[in-house]
Amino acid sequence: MLIRNPADLVPSEITPRGVFDNRREFLKAAAGTTLGLALQPMSDAFAAEKLAAATKSPFSTEEKPTAYKDVTGYNNFYEFGTDKSDPAEHAHTLRTRPWTISVEGLVKQAKTFAIDDLIKLVPLEERIYRMRCVEGWSMVIPWLGLPLATLLKQVEPLGAAKYVEFISAADPKTMPGVSSRVLDWPYIEGLRLDEAQHPLSILAVGLYGEVLPNQNGAPLRLVVPWKYGFKSGKSIVKIRLVEREPQTSWVKANAREYGFYSNVNPEVDHPRWSQATERRIGEFIKRKTLPFNGYADQVGKLYAGMDLKKYY
Amino acid sequence: MVWPVVYNPTQRQLSALKTLLFLVCLLPLARLGWGLWSDQLGANPIEFITRSLGTWTLNFLLITLTVSPLRKLTGWHWLLRLRRMLGLFAFFYVMLHLTTYLWLDQFFDWTAIVKDILKRPFITVGMSAFVLLVPLAATSNHAMIRRIGGRRWQQLHRSIYVIAIFAVVHYWWLVKKDVTLPALYAVLLALLLGMRALWREQERRQQLAHVSPLAKKRGKVIPIAARQ
Ligand code: HEM
Repeated sequence: MLIRNPADLVPSEITPRGVFDNRREFLKAAAGTTLGLALQPMSDAFAAEKLAAATKSPFSTEEKPTAYKDVTGYNNFYEFGTDKSDPAEHAHTLRTRPWTISVEGLVKQAKTFAIDDLIKLVPLEERIYRMRCVEGWSMVIPWLGLPLATLLKQVEPLGAAKYVEFISAADPKTMPGVSSRVLDWPYIEGLRLDEAQHPLSILAVGLYGEVLPNQNGAPLRLVVPWKYGFKSGKSIVKIRLVEREPQTSWVKANAREYGFYSNVNPEVDHPRWSQATERRIGEFIKRKTLPFNGYADQVGKLYAGMDLKKYY
Repeated sequence: MVWPVVYNPTQRQLSALKTLLFLVCLLPLARLGWGLWSDQLGANPIEFITRSLGTWTLNFLLITLTVSPLRKLTGWHWLLRLRRMLGLFAFFYVMLHLTTYLWLDQFFDWTAIVKDILKRPFITVGMSAFVLLVPLAATSNHAMIRRIGGRRWQQLHRSIYVIAIFAVVHYWWLVKKDVTLPALYAVLLALLLGMRALWREQERRQQLAHVSPLAKKRGKVIPIAARQ
């Protein structure tokens, strides 16, 4: 696989999704499968609904995005099973319309948004972010979304609000994994209010220019790029502003292994495996993991004076 | 307890069976090779390979442990003659599994590897299982059995029980949250080991029951037959 130095890539040079899909298919074709067969699945893939053109963002990385096929085929979304191929296989049962997101709790003006209104609230932005999973692999994903702060402003948080809680859908009829007890459902995540209001935190409604595929957390998910992937709740139905630190699903499952903060940190290992390096999907040699997943300049000051070994 | 089907292969049939088994044991590796070449191992092929090799190591350990109970249940004593190959395949797959770890996971960074082995419990038990397997593989030919003596050889090879337990613990400790599969392996292993313990106990009782009352009075030590 071709690994380029990010410095010599400009955004316009980033390989568009179609070409990405093509590349692997062509490799296959070159390897002897018939060209006709190899290209067949692409027509289906292109059926996904396009989203209105999004504005570019200075927060985007210039690294090469991970192939669409991998971004949408290798997911942790336990509501659809614990294997990373399960979500792509089973998430088609999820119904994302009608869908509402209620924003409530310690706010001046609690509101419930229909997903289609939320998408039109402000022009969508493209954010090409690194995503680092707690399991030791990473991707680069071109998200489409809006800043979480924009939504929070709509409801006017009260002074007493210190944390934000994100509650995901948990419908046993459409989410087969919910009937298993791996986690305490619904999936709950949380951020400190200042983390939630940070301009890097977004609510994503799409990726690669298209409506978010179900397996990636449709119709609306959180993306907090400096934290391990599990902090970014998927298929969110409720956002609550609260006074105390929310009890998140992973903290409840194992507080010693998964902290509330869970900032990407090469210095603080998971008790059972190292976090010093990561495997970028599509690459052979492992990379060094960067503090705050490479976003230290933007978010480091949120944690000034905090012992990050204690608040892991 | 003898299986209704009495089957005793001739020497030629047994050789053919062995060759066939040998090829079948290579299938998991062939599947990985094919999957890699045709790009069908998913988004993270290296993880897939490491895990698949680990799974097959564990499978071969359990299959090896199944031979002796299966022989007892069926009365097919020749099954024992396939056991060494199965055990050696467990060793073959763990060597590959270890190689993927040393190479594709750690890139031969020896200080990091030593630290990892000491620090991470699942690596520690995995490594222990591997280290314990080495003497078993090394003493798997007739010359070695003769050299160290059948009885000591048997004692040595009983460490396979510990190795298998370590292997399941290794699996249990490495999964993130869903322990369904390691639990399944734990149940299978418990059955395989439990059967042995049960049979052993039955055998001991039988032996005791057959001892003449006179011998008991004199306080003679009753030797228990060595088990395979
Ligand atoms: C008898 C010895 C061993 C057995 C039976 C064994 C078995 C396994 C199994 C069943 C898995 C998980 C497969 C899955 O998730 O589907 C695994 C994963 C793994 N094993 Fe082993 N293993 C052994 C020895 C070792 C040794 C010696 C090392 C390294 C020093 C090692 C390192 C690993 C690693 C790094 C993983 C992958 C963890 C991950 O992907 O998260 N194993 N092994």
